[in-house]
Amino acid sequence: MAEATIMVFRGEAHQGGEEKEYTVPVQEGMVVLDALLYIQANYAGDLAVRWNCKAAKCGSCSAEINGKLGLTCKMRMDSLPLEEPVRVYPMKTFPLIKDLVTDVSWNYEIEKRIPPFAPPEGELTMYQEDIDRIQEFRKCIECFLCQNICHVLRTHDRKDSFFGPRYMIKIAELQMHPLDTVDRTELLNGDGGMGFCNITKCCTEVCPENIQITDNAIIPLKERVADRFFDPLLWILRKLAGK
Amino acid sequence: MMEMYETHTHDVIVIGAGGAGLRVAIEVSAQGASVGLVCKSLLGKAHTVMAEGGIAAALANVDAGDDWETHFCDTMRGGKMLNNWRMAQLHAQEAPDRVKELERWGALFDRTKEGRIMQRAFGGHTWKRLCHVGDRTGLEMLRTLQDKGVHSGIDVYMECTITDILKDGDRVAGAMGYWRESGKFVVFPTKAIVLATGGIGKIYKVTSNSWEYTGDGQCLAYSAGAELIDMEAVQFHPTGMIWPPSVKGILVTEAVRGEGGILRNSEGQRFMEKYDPENMELSTRDVVARAIYTEVQEGRGSTHGGAYLDISHKDSEIVKRKLPSMYHQFMDFADIDITKAPMEVFPTTHYIMGGVRVEAETGRSTVPGLFAAGEVAGGMHGSNRLGGNSLSDLLVFGRRAGMGAAEYAKGVDAGSLKIDESQIELNEKELLAPFENTGGQNPYTIHQELQDIMQAYFGVFRTEERLQQGIEELAKLRVKASVLTIEGSRIYNPGWHLCRDLKSMLIVSEAIGRTALLRKESRGAHSRVDYPDSDNENWGKVNTVICKHGDEMKVDTSPLPEMPDELKRLFTEVK
Ligand SMILES: Cc1cc2nc3c(=O)[nH]c(=O)nc-3n(C[C@H](O)[C@H](O)[C@H](O)COP(=O)(O)OP(=O)(O)OC[C@H]3O[C@@H](n4cnc5c(N)ncnc54)[C@H](O)[C@@H]3O)c2cc1C
Ligand code: SF4
Ligand code: SF4
Ligand code: FES
Repeated sequence: MAEATIMVFRGEAHQGGEEKEYTVPVQEGMVVLDALLYIQANYAGDLAVRWNCKAAKCGSCSAEINGKLGLTCKMRMDSLPLEEPVRVYPMKTFPLIKDLVTDVSWNYEIEKRIPPFAPPEGELTMYQEDIDRIQEFRKCIECFLCQNICHVLRTHDRKDSFFGPRYMIKIAELQMHPLDTVDRTELLNGDGGMGFCNITKCCTEVCPENIQITDNAIIPLKERVADRFFDPLLWILRKLAGK
Repeated sequence: MMEMYETHTHDVIVIGAGGAGLRVAIEVSAQGASVGLVCKSLLGKAHTVMAEGGIAAALANVDAGDDWETHFCDTMRGGKMLNNWRMAQLHAQEAPDRVKELERWGALFDRTKEGRIMQRAFGGHTWKRLCHVGDRTGLEMLRTLQDKGVHSGIDVYMECTITDILKDGDRVAGAMGYWRESGKFVVFPTKAIVLATGGIGKIYKVTSNSWEYTGDGQCLAYSAGAELIDMEAVQFHPTGMIWPPSVKGILVTEAVRGEGGILRNSEGQRFMEKYDPENMELSTRDVVARAIYTEVQEGRGSTHGGAYLDISHKDSEIVKRKLPSMYHQFMDFADIDITKAPMEVFPTTHYIMGGVRVEAETGRSTVPGLFAAGEVAGGMHGSNRLGGNSLSDLLVFGRRAGMGAAEYAKGVDAGSLKIDESQIELNEKELLAPFENTGGQNPYTIHQELQDIMQAYFGVFRTEERLQQGIEELAKLRVKASVLTIEGSRIYNPGWHLCRDLKSMLIVSEAIGRTALLRKESRGAHSRVDYPDSDNENWGKVNTVICKHGDEMKVDTSPLPEMPDELKRLFTEVK
């Protein structure tokens, strides 16, 4: 049977770490997570890996594989050059807990700061045409890969001033909801820090759900914020028109 | 010497943050009680996130003829009348309100032309009844509840595993567990506990379930002295992926058949004609699973030993719109374009109908202060669950258990509950043993052996002889598993975590084995080759019951609650 060499980052918080080399048998259709679980069961029972569904649906298993960001349960081994070792690292933007597991709790703190959906009284009537575009944002599986790649968070570590792309689409989804009654533009411009985004589109490229984060969420949001702050008349007209 | 541990005190502790647990916690909080929500994984990753096809509620948006009575009868018939009738009734009556409530909290279901919630057909449901969002309904539901939950003042303890329930005499007094991150112990003094831990699929080799499905809740309840019912009723979903090996068991949603998918064998025959000519592919899951199994056994299996499931005769854009996850799942993992070629499928362990015995109205178990809701609870689905009836079950009984637990907690004086330190010390010692043991077994190996046993002896078709053998194998494995050894530190150590999970899995496996042996008939998902028929006289009127007697597992039966006449009449009326 064919074999592959996997170099896995191993280490704990505050202690740094190093690559460890493992050899795993390669089966047809195998994904990187299979290799990691093989290592766990056969060589290193304490290898820390986060995963749940193993079907690209829960967004738990994000990692950096040969320097590329992806879900380890979706990344097929046969899509990688197996002549060379496969290098698996944890997400860089979040503090390390151990091996491939990072502390992503910051994201949950941001979630709390976004005012939730607030519908009007009575039965809710919505048409498919009106929700098509926000249903796209609801596909998000919170893998946090977009947060991980965004240079504002990754390179400049501005977690104190920018919510990141995942929460830009969260706000977009609420702002573009046909029945929502709350306005979050102040938040976007203020604490949300949308001004930090300079539309590099890196987030869109890594999204495993193919959500068009920049084109469909961030750019339209920026336009709305611009209207709101620089063209109050147009903003009022839109509000009156219900959108 | 006992080590220091942190404590967090609440009126109610909810164990599990799937659809059921979140709905419980939201309700407890709405009732004004303080609530702690504990889950093994990160928030938003629970199993509910994987649900695909939809949530059943008789809204009658698409088929005007639907009503709760029909939903109730469908559910009871699907469960082969073993269901707790009261649960099935409350479920059918309340599901529509729970779905509408979910919409008010932000869920965006697909719409009908009139701007109402869209509904689709599913096996065993008389009308188009499943509210859905493409084939990612569970994600929509879980994210909505998560958003509602984080804005409801719930304290969430993520990546924290509960290992033991602490009692003061008969009553619940707290729960203890460990943080996955640090490996440190934590104690939750509380007046009431609601179990919402989900299912048991990980005891089988081929399953649609995630690693979390190790039967912890069933085991916690059992150890605390509660009764488990109908544990033999394990649902094998007819359509799991079979190829490539890496994805074996992953679910192919029933929505494929709901949207018109056809099952064929290697001879191109639409074989459901033989097994259920009236309902064909939309027969109930137990029937379709047995049909596929039989076709393969009799030599008419597909290339990799399953059946072909074909949706390629439908318009490819509609397939992509209605079944986007399935389209990607087959494209990404199996290099198959389902709009052009058939899928290969085979039964996969999916769901457990049995579970903690609860009172329908409140979710109360037989132990004071202990409640259960969702997949971990038994009774609602009888011996076979209809698709879509789980998500609605989570909401209906999540809310009810939340009310039940909050109400119970109000009547308990916190000062009257004592936590027994010596019990904590004992539990800690047991949990830490794998670090000290030398020459013990590798937990991963034991887990694989368990999965092999369950797959071989307790699968779709069962016989007395095989069940007996399986039970003996399990007994041997328990001895082997009594000394486990692991490596590494307590920090985020999955090998260590698995040791505790194995304890749950072994108990649940034994419970399934013993009840499967006891029930000498075939009913719903429980198929005995040696007793191929349902025996309504002897077995149609009883639940199997498991409970703990000293160190022994006691197996028994108890009478089903009697359905009132006005509901019985629903089954004889022609509609
Ligand atoms: C692939 C798939 C598709 C499905 N599709 C549908 C569908 O379309 N319609 C439908 O009705 N049903 C469907 N089902 C079934 C349904 O999704 C599940 O039955 C349901 O989601 C279970 O919800 P729950 O809240 O009971 O548990 P879960 O959502 O599984 O949540 C369990 C929670 O308990 C926690 N937990 C477990 N043990 C512990 C412990 N020891 N300590 C702390 N926390 C613990 C976990 O971390 C998790 O948060 C599907 C199931 C699968 C697998
Ligand atoms: S487009 Fe904006 S949000 Fe996305 S990665 Fe670039 S800077 Fe970050
Ligand atoms: S938007 Fe995409 S990349 Fe970002 S968290 Fe959601 S699924 Fe992941
Ligand atoms: S394990 Fe769920 S997305 Fe990878």
